[in-house]
Amino acid sequence: MVFPYTRRMHNSDPSATSAISDPVICVEGLAKEYRVYDKPEGLAASVRSLFHRTSRIVQAVKGVDLTVGRGEFVALLGPNGAGKTTLLKLLSGIITPSRGTARVLGHVPWERADDFRRRFALVMGQRNQLWWDLPAAESFRLHQEIYRIDPVRFERTRDELVDMLDVRRLILQPVRELSLGERMKLELVAALLHEPEVLFLDEPTIGLDVVAQHTIHEFLRGVQSRRRMTVVLTTHYMKDVAALCERVVVITRGDILYDGSLAEIVDRFTTHKIVTLDLDEAPNQATIERFGFPCECRGPQVIMRIDRHRIAEVLPAILGSAGVRDVSVEDVPLEEIVAELFRSDARDAATAAEHAS
Amino acid sequence: MSEVIIRPASPFQGLRTWWMMLKISLEERLVYRGDFALGTLMRFLPIVTQVFLWTAVFGATTKTDIAGYTRNDIVAYYLLTMLTRAFSSMPGLSTGIARSVRDGSVKKFLVQPVDYVSFLLAARVAHKLVYYAVAALPFAGVFVLCRSYFPPVPDAITIAAFVTSLVLSFLLGFFMEATLGMLGFWFMEVSSIVFGYMLVQYLLSGHMFPIDLLDGVPTGIAGVSLADVVHWLPFEYTAYFSSAVWLGKVHGDRLVWSLAIEAAWVVVMAVACRIAWWRGTRRYSAFGG
Repeated sequence: MVFPYTRRMHNSDPSATSAISDPVICVEGLAKEYRVYDKPEGLAASVRSLFHRTSRIVQAVKGVDLTVGRGEFVALLGPNGAGKTTLLKLLSGIITPSRGTARVLGHVPWERADDFRRRFALVMGQRNQLWWDLPAAESFRLHQEIYRIDPVRFERTRDELVDMLDVRRLILQPVRELSLGERMKLELVAALLHEPEVLFLDEPTIGLDVVAQHTIHEFLRGVQSRRRMTVVLTTHYMKDVAALCERVVVITRGDILYDGSLAEIVDRFTTHKIVTLDLDEAPNQATIERFGFPCECRGPQVIMRIDRHRIAEVLPAILGSAGVRDVSVEDVPLEEIVAELFRSDARDAATAAEHAS
Repeated sequence: MSEVIIRPASPFQGLRTWWMMLKISLEERLVYRGDFALGTLMRFLPIVTQVFLWTAVFGATTKTDIAGYTRNDIVAYYLLTMLTRAFSSMPGLSTGIARSVRDGSVKKFLVQPVDYVSFLLAARVAHKLVYYAVAALPFAGVFVLCRSYFPPVPDAITIAAFVTSLVLSFLLGFFMEATLGMLGFWFMEVSSIVFGYMLVQYLLSGHMFPIDLLDGVPTGIAGVSLADVVHWLPFEYTAYFSSAVWLGKVHGDRLVWSLAIEAAWVVVMAVACRIAWWRGTRRYSAFGG
């Protein structure tokens, strides 16, 4: 599958950016470079590296522009090492950029003002905020003090969050005895106790089973809409994106490749639809050839990829063939679209590198 | 919306947060009380060998005292040193800080509105309180059993100075080790640095022998002995000094001076710790994260 359009595609039109009302995250030309040291293999090389180390600059994030309005739910997508987590770290003030500016809730994140830190939360990994040997309820109390949450408000918020995730019976158990999914839920409660206006989530559903993923989706959606919280999450699961985010920002090699709605990605980057036919019996070679499209056969089931612009034209003929009992027409799975988006970008990069050399 | 829920900052807010950190740390440490009980018992073992060693030393000489210490004084000295070390030693502090930098858990303190050094201090006070609760009985038992080695109980001023020196030795030990741990921002592994520090500490703190033994040791500068130099360094205040105060070896002007030096070192190390944290997190933000 070849994409018709895989160049830089985010909105470079400035009017589109300023159209976002009440922006809470404003990023301009944000870049982060790291110096990494190469250590070649072998003992001799290790000894040599004691005296002379070769290093190179890695551009984790290169000049990103991004504006996020209050109440938006944004997914950062990208292959491993694309710079998603680096961007989250920049926005939450853990790291300072090499260039560019950022304002989150009107603050420069890496100045780490307490006023700023009381108004956002970051959930990164599983052993983050909760005390390992103590029940989560104790960690919640500590958060109450750290974030100076009014006691009445604290109890109300805690009860509400705990009930939404159905984890009341877990909060009095030492955290180390809990499962991955249970810990993640309690991490989310801890992060939301102070009612942050902005929430950054780094792969919130990684390693969780389908039920836990679903619970967390429901929960995040509920809290986000109720509080009009701004959420930015990174993920590799399209389920997260489909369930939660209206807006998707695709990052590859430190750069924004696409910024827009999920529906638009599907619309823009799918060239084909998937047509599945259920036949009376497994088709023979002649039947398959009659369809005139590349087919994959699984017993009496035939799966075809058909150019989406030709569907209306070819479908009647196919349905007219003998022995078709049922038909379904679906979009290419989101995973596949995004994977191809990443791949084609990598190909572009390789081509560009060849031209350069 | 957040303005509504944030309680106004009262002058006691910092204290309240700190108190909560202390409480939580206390609960956490109580999980490990068994480990503490065993650790306390182990603490008394090395002292037995020390007593044997010094008994042999005194057996081989006709002198009744060495550098002003009789055999009884020496036993009392080692017992008191153990008590002081129970205040000033900070097991796992520096390596723990370095680990939190390496594994990234220090990030939490960049994201949340809470000060890492205060947090560590609260956790350490809790650690010590639980330790004393567990160790009080065995300590008392040993001191009662060995009471014949001790001189008569000193006057109130000496006791006050002794207690002050213990509290300062806790703070000094804390800030020295915390600063050492902050080196983790610059070096991947601090255990060898910690080892070097422990070695110097062992020799110069009085943990190994009373600093008075260095009294006659020349430094090359006329009229200045090695002991004089050590008095100006922070190490002896984590072991030797408190014991020497109780045994009446330090008094008058020298007592006042020594307490002042100890307090000054606490301030210096607290500032050093702060600076190391600031510069360390700046470096972390710029290079790692």
